[in-house]
Amino acid sequence: MNSSRSVVGKNLHKVDGYKLVTGRPAFTDDIHIPGMLYGKILPSPHAHARIKHIDTSRAKNLPGVRAVLTYKDVPRVPHTTAGQSWPEPSPYDTYLLDSKMRLVGDRVAAVAAESRAIADEALRLIEVEYEILPSILEIEVAMLEGAPVIHDEPDSTGIHDARHNVAGHILKEIGNVEEGFRESDLVIEHEYRTQRQQHCAIEPHVTISWLDSDDRLVIRTSTQVPYHTRRQVAMILQLPVGRVHVIKPRIGGGFGGKQEMVLEDICGALALATRRPVKIEYTREEEFYMARSRHPQILTIKMGFKRDGTLVANKMSVLATTGAYGSHANTVQGNTGSKVLPIYRTPNMRFECNVVYTNTPVAGAFRGYGCPQGYFAQESVMDEAAHKLGIDPVELRKKNMIRLGDIDALSAELGEGKKGLPRHIRSCGLPECLDRGAAAIDWVRKRKEYSEAALSSRRHDSHLRRGVGVACSMQGSGIAGVDWAAASLKLNEDGSFNLQVGAADLGTGADTVLAQIGAETLGVTLDKMIVYSGDTDFTPFDVGAYASSTTIISGGAVKKAAEKVRAEILRIASKMLETPADNLTCRDNMVVTKCECKKSVSMTDLAYYAMYKEKVQVMENASHWNTDSPPPFCAQFAEVEVDRETGLIRVLHLVTAVDLGVAINPMQAEGQSEGAVAQSLGYGLTEEMVLDEFGRVINPSFLDYKMLGPKDMPKLTTILVETEEPLGPYGAKSISEIPINAPAPAVANAVFHAIGVRFHRLPIRPEDVLLGLREKRAC
Amino acid sequence: MVDMLIMVTINGEAKRFSIAPGDLLLDVLRREAYFGVKRGCETGECGACTVLVNGKPINSCLMFGAQAEGTEILTIEGVAPDGKLDPIQTAFLDHGAVQCGFCTPGMILSARALLAGRPDPTEAEVREALAGNFCRCTGYLKPVEAVLAAAQANREAGLSGARTKSGRSRGQARKRQ
Repeated sequence: MNSSRSVVGKNLHKVDGYKLVTGRPAFTDDIHIPGMLYGKILPSPHAHARIKHIDTSRAKNLPGVRAVLTYKDVPRVPHTTAGQSWPEPSPYDTYLLDSKMRLVGDRVAAVAAESRAIADEALRLIEVEYEILPSILEIEVAMLEGAPVIHDEPDSTGIHDARHNVAGHILKEIGNVEEGFRESDLVIEHEYRTQRQQHCAIEPHVTISWLDSDDRLVIRTSTQVPYHTRRQVAMILQLPVGRVHVIKPRIGGGFGGKQEMVLEDICGALALATRRPVKIEYTREEEFYMARSRHPQILTIKMGFKRDGTLVANKMSVLATTGAYGSHANTVQGNTGSKVLPIYRTPNMRFECNVVYTNTPVAGAFRGYGCPQGYFAQESVMDEAAHKLGIDPVELRKKNMIRLGDIDALSAELGEGKKGLPRHIRSCGLPECLDRGAAAIDWVRKRKEYSEAALSSRRHDSHLRRGVGVACSMQGSGIAGVDWAAASLKLNEDGSFNLQVGAADLGTGADTVLAQIGAETLGVTLDKMIVYSGDTDFTPFDVGAYASSTTIISGGAVKKAAEKVRAEILRIASKMLETPADNLTCRDNMVVTKCECKKSVSMTDLAYYAMYKEKVQVMENASHWNTDSPPPFCAQFAEVEVDRETGLIRVLHLVTAVDLGVAINPMQAEGQSEGAVAQSLGYGLTEEMVLDEFGRVINPSFLDYKMLGPKDMPKLTTILVETEEPLGPYGAKSISEIPINAPAPAVANAVFHAIGVRFHRLPIRPEDVLLGLREKRAC
Repeated sequence: MVDMLIMVTINGEAKRFSIAPGDLLLDVLRREAYFGVKRGCETGECGACTVLVNGKPINSCLMFGAQAEGTEILTIEGVAPDGKLDPIQTAFLDHGAVQCGFCTPGMILSARALLAGRPDPTEAEVREALAGNFCRCTGYLKPVEAVLAAAQANREAGLSGARTKSGRSRGQARKRQ
């Protein structure tokens, strides 16, 4: 936005781009450690069972097996695998190894062996006798009286109501929704259902652990949360935090799936047991059973409107399942309320949710974090209301949307597992998102044309129908009052800077964006920044990569640290150039005078002077957190073509107009948006983990779990609507999550425009379309 | 298990590897420190382990090491000899086509095989060529743009030697074989 900037706002190459396009060994598994063992986990074949008897002697006696661990061999420490700030708002209901199995894929035992083949063979030799327990696979039955109790162990804590399988419960009301519904001219109420979606990072979870020469436990791992992992592993393995060293190399995608301690604890336990390096890597099939997924929800939403479209009351009730363990149970579902309802103003809002345990794959953090579910429901109802009130869907949204200067009271009620902080809207580009997005998809013309075509083509009986739809969303930028980060900067002789951040670039471009913020502040080119991130020994603390926090929170820390270093540089330059520091500024890898005298010193000369004359290391660190979570805003438009004979929905064009604050690197920001859209179109149309009657995933492969490929993607248009956010570094907010929220409902709304059928369940499959058309004809 | 010897040419270098009969080419290559060959699924679905065998993109997780005997293999490590980037690699950087970078080697190799036979591809042909390479980060738009830009850069630099119409049809013929 500001043309005087030389690094921020520029489409610069990723700082790690060269090594990635040349295939340099940069990822967790790209090392060979002499003597490394292969770890494997024996997964439970039963959804709910107790180990009556387990005999590992045959496995232990197999040549090449170095360790076999069961619940009898390890400390029993209740914990959560959710990588969240201490104290974690998720229940402590998980154990390193346990005698009770709560899902197909739960950990029965773990082995470490000289080769993968031996490890596989060892798993086959472990003899287990199970007492099979009745299981719960359906969300609706979990809370019923007499249902099996999944967490009947006495030592778990933080579970809302273990006896009724309720991991978490939230109920908040502002105003009085029932009063609001009485005042409404139009009340719409529906139930919506969303499915279990998986992250499908192309790099599976992988961890390598060993004891260093000081006997400290080193964990090299594909994680989004190195610091939380260190703290949690230390607690579980009963080591002092300082005896654990977590290293995050390059990460092959995470999307929330790696905001989770999935392998690090067990891999560390095997390394301690064998005193050898141990690697565990999930196979793709294991990813589907044993990693995490998006919480499936049953949402009941009721919205009341005045005849002119004014929203009077909005009530959402959610029944969600967290699977067998309560990872992110409260917070994901809390977000479904706090980041969805407040996008539309109304004095009466009510959000209630129950998050229940079932004997199904564990849910967890997933890009969007509860919002994609909520927005599917809310944006579908908004579309229906617009249709019933005879108001254009864009206009209905504009009429009700949250505005600059608003204070959202619901977010104050719904914090991270407790009361939160009120959300002040200090920047808002949503009206512009709607206008520019509508123009890009040619909204007005196509709404009219396709509506008319639907009527006229009925005569010609064409089987293809087109439609356009819209949906809006907002997200946050970090968790207000919780997320914090630190950064450290050090000047070297050649005028380069070591930027050390705890932030965890997982492919998002965080290292690049943080380096751009540092370079801009220091007046140097991007190549002068040497970034090292996500190492608990060598970088300062950061909560990690989640909640769209890195640019605003970690970036805030980098900016503060850079400002401190800059002040120190100006102090030294002031001596060298014999002019007051306030007459100096940093630019083009130099310190220059602001006055006419045009004196300057290069950053290199200054560094030599500082290091060898003054004998001082120019080096600073800074910490940063915010009391608010400035929301980015997004309007997404879909154009679809529906085949009424096959039921196939073809998305022709998907427009995303997103207010992300100032884009630090617009090209990388667009990429974040495009990737999120691809995941959301999969969520809307094709992706679903399907379980059989025993709780087994029946499609645990990319062949049967359908992600969109290059040929499946529609035309994408991404419009960055820049606003200036006062709380963000250089005005930045966030981009990584928000565009995943609304493509699915935008498509659903476009499908309604095309064929006049509403869908209340995701994904919308061709058979659903055909069924919907049949029901419509029957009416 | 009895080991066996294979002779292969990798990135222009003659190599002799001692392997077990059941070793996957993927495992052989990674064991020999060609770490740019990525393991994403081991079932031939994701394409992260793509290498070019005699110029053709294959999933190295679906090929036994023994089957590679006598072949010429190109991995991502051989695409930029002496550090000079291939125009596809440069275009991936210029167009923001790299996010996590895990699928990137496979995509670049698939693109390279395409452009070798089809110097002036359409967008649909690029998407077809990348169809075996799943990417969960980018939504494919920027990688596709990058490959199209690289094709243009190649043509402008005259590297493809196939700028004439007849050259193009020869390219098509090769591709369809």
